[in-house]
Amino acid sequence: MRYLGVITLLIITTLNSQAQQLQDFLNDPGSIHGNFEMNTQYYQPDSSISAQQPPEELGFNGYLNLIYNRGNFEAGVRYESYQNALLGYSDQYEGNGIMYRYAKYKADNLEFTVGNFYEQFGNGQILRTYFDPGFGIDNSIDGVRVKYNLKGIYLKGLIGKQRNYFEYGDGIVRGLDGEVSFNELIDQWSSSPLRFTVGGSLVSKFQDDNSTLYTIPENVLAYSSRFNLNYKGFNLNGEYTYKYNDPSADNHFSYRNGQALLLSTSYSRKGFGITLSAKTLDNMFFRSDRNNNSQFPELYINFLPTLTKQHTYNLMSTLYPYAIQYNGEISYQADVIYTFKKGTLLGGKYGTTIQFNASYAANIDTVSLNDEATERKLYETNLFESGDKFWHDINVEISKKFSKSFKAKFTYQNLFYNIDVIQGKPGEPNVLANVVVADLLFKLDKKNAIRTELQGLFTEQDQKDWATVVVEWTHSPNWFASVIDQYNYGNEVVEDRQHYVTANVGYIKGGTRVTLGYGRQRAGIFCVGGVCRVVPASSGVSLSITSTF
Amino acid sequence: MKNTLFTMLLLALPFLIYSQEKSQTGIPNVQIQNLDFTHFNTGDIENDGNPIIISFWATWCSPCKRELNTIAEVYEDWQDETGVKLIAISIDDTRNINKVAPYVNGQAWDYEVYIDPNSDFRRAMNVNNVPHTFLLDGSGKIVYQHNAYSPGDEEKLYELVKKLANGEAISH
Repeated sequence: MRYLGVITLLIITTLNSQAQQLQDFLNDPGSIHGNFEMNTQYYQPDSSISAQQPPEELGFNGYLNLIYNRGNFEAGVRYESYQNALLGYSDQYEGNGIMYRYAKYKADNLEFTVGNFYEQFGNGQILRTYFDPGFGIDNSIDGVRVKYNLKGIYLKGLIGKQRNYFEYGDGIVRGLDGEVSFNELIDQWSSSPLRFTVGGSLVSKFQDDNSTLYTIPENVLAYSSRFNLNYKGFNLNGEYTYKYNDPSADNHFSYRNGQALLLSTSYSRKGFGITLSAKTLDNMFFRSDRNNNSQFPELYINFLPTLTKQHTYNLMSTLYPYAIQYNGEISYQADVIYTFKKGTLLGGKYGTTIQFNASYAANIDTVSLNDEATERKLYETNLFESGDKFWHDINVEISKKFSKSFKAKFTYQNLFYNIDVIQGKPGEPNVLANVVVADLLFKLDKKNAIRTELQGLFTEQDQKDWATVVVEWTHSPNWFASVIDQYNYGNEVVEDRQHYVTANVGYIKGGTRVTLGYGRQRAGIFCVGGVCRVVPASSGVSLSITSTF
Repeated sequence: MKNTLFTMLLLALPFLIYSQEKSQTGIPNVQIQNLDFTHFNTGDIENDGNPIIISFWATWCSPCKRELNTIAEVYEDWQDETGVKLIAISIDDTRNINKVAPYVNGQAWDYEVYIDPNSDFRRAMNVNNVPHTFLLDGSGKIVYQHNAYSPGDEEKLYELVKKLANGEAISH
């Protein structure tokens, strides 16, 4: 009988506390938010530009992200739908499914995540997982991640397998990262204008030796160290990564170790900024499946950026884009911005901004140790000497506001492009091009504006000269319409002197945007992860919707 | 099927975990970086109960720069009249991260600028693409957002900021 009393009491207490929890939950049920994106296109055949119609006639990519938050708890999922994927995406994006879901909990200085996560160690040259639907990239790790920080010391550990479309990569990725911020660690330094941080990472991957030809290291280790120094307007940072032998399809099963070094410095004050960067690397392909050398960005563990300006004008960004050469590259970049003040001779009434940018990339100096016919490539190299030139880009951009209703931006670019190496077109001569752009913005009244771009690309090589005209009308805050015409007027083949005209109309309300388009798209080039691939020409109607809620 | 079960389990978890702490504003707490690459927690974003504009941008995004350069011309007036604060979040990754501070200073912006190099804050705020601008009231609640920028959008935004500063409700 006595026990019964105790049990009853226990039950009542439990129920009470559960009722209390339920009450708490009802008072604060947390919040759900997310976003939605869909892109669809109906393809028409158009033989004049070699645009084909796929059997399903229609391409569709759709995504829905949902995040649930309550206090320190967070969970999220993303549903994806490819029926079938738009042209230019890997056909392994096929069907529907949830390949991204996670739960995360924060307890004081500790945070743990189970499921999928995106992570970056340092500048990413040893490890970076990220999501970029525009390029079809999702190399998220599915596993466990723990983060801990205490007074300027930041620690992260992770383990898992990488997503590859609707499957997982073969290898297991393990990583540790630590960073010390001395200004947070040492109280006396907390308000010092000198900011100093050092960090380091270890990343290792494991994959069974499934090769019949070679004895393969099953565990591959890489380490990285970095620093960041800031004093007022001055900054200097760098990261060095070393990767132990990682024979793979990407590097022709070379047992050579890999290295990468990136250094960057900048100085800025009001109205002036300068950035100088240099990078050198050798044998830095790092995927979690050694047999994967897909042209699509699959299973990359690391991320190495190109040290080149990210142009936005059509003829500068899509005809001859640079792609980083993971197997060996040395590159430099300088970027300067200067604003002439209002009221000065060059500044005029509103001020004038000039941006200058120059970048250069070449192969590292390499001496082959065997003949080119042998599949395994052995070589010696000097990381700090340039070999064959891949690229240069010298460009200057002047932005000026002439009046309340007229602004303009003028850009000139001189380009050197090793199309043989970058786009893998053996024997093609290097492309030398000059590009000019005038970008004019007329504000008609409080809500209406017209913007035009007049672009010209002049070259003796490849497809010769191009011109692009863009006219865009915007009606704030809800409407826009635009027409773009790209014209390959200089093409040697008369039938290939095509106009590629696309018209778009869009409606924006709050976090939602709907765009309807019709026209033809020339074959474009996407460069990701060291390779460029051609997205085929297409023609037809497209509809795109994005929404944040 | 396995995925569905996992998802349901995830959604059920908050019932099991009891959590007392609440963030002070509605802004998700994510670790990003200051312009000098030191750590910054987005949970620390605040403006003494005054309105906050959060604008996602990138150095390679022309409309973003057009928007922020346009607002920069009138930002002092906006601050004086309403106490509003603009927070610019750069989603530039390693490729351009070192150009962010020189650009911000080169254009003499007076905004609070942070860098979100792996898009952690962008994902937490469900931003699809840039520019994407949020307006938060004094308690940190999102009351308005706008994706894209057209000349003139800044005037609509400022009308709403003024309403907030006057304590009026926003319906849009």
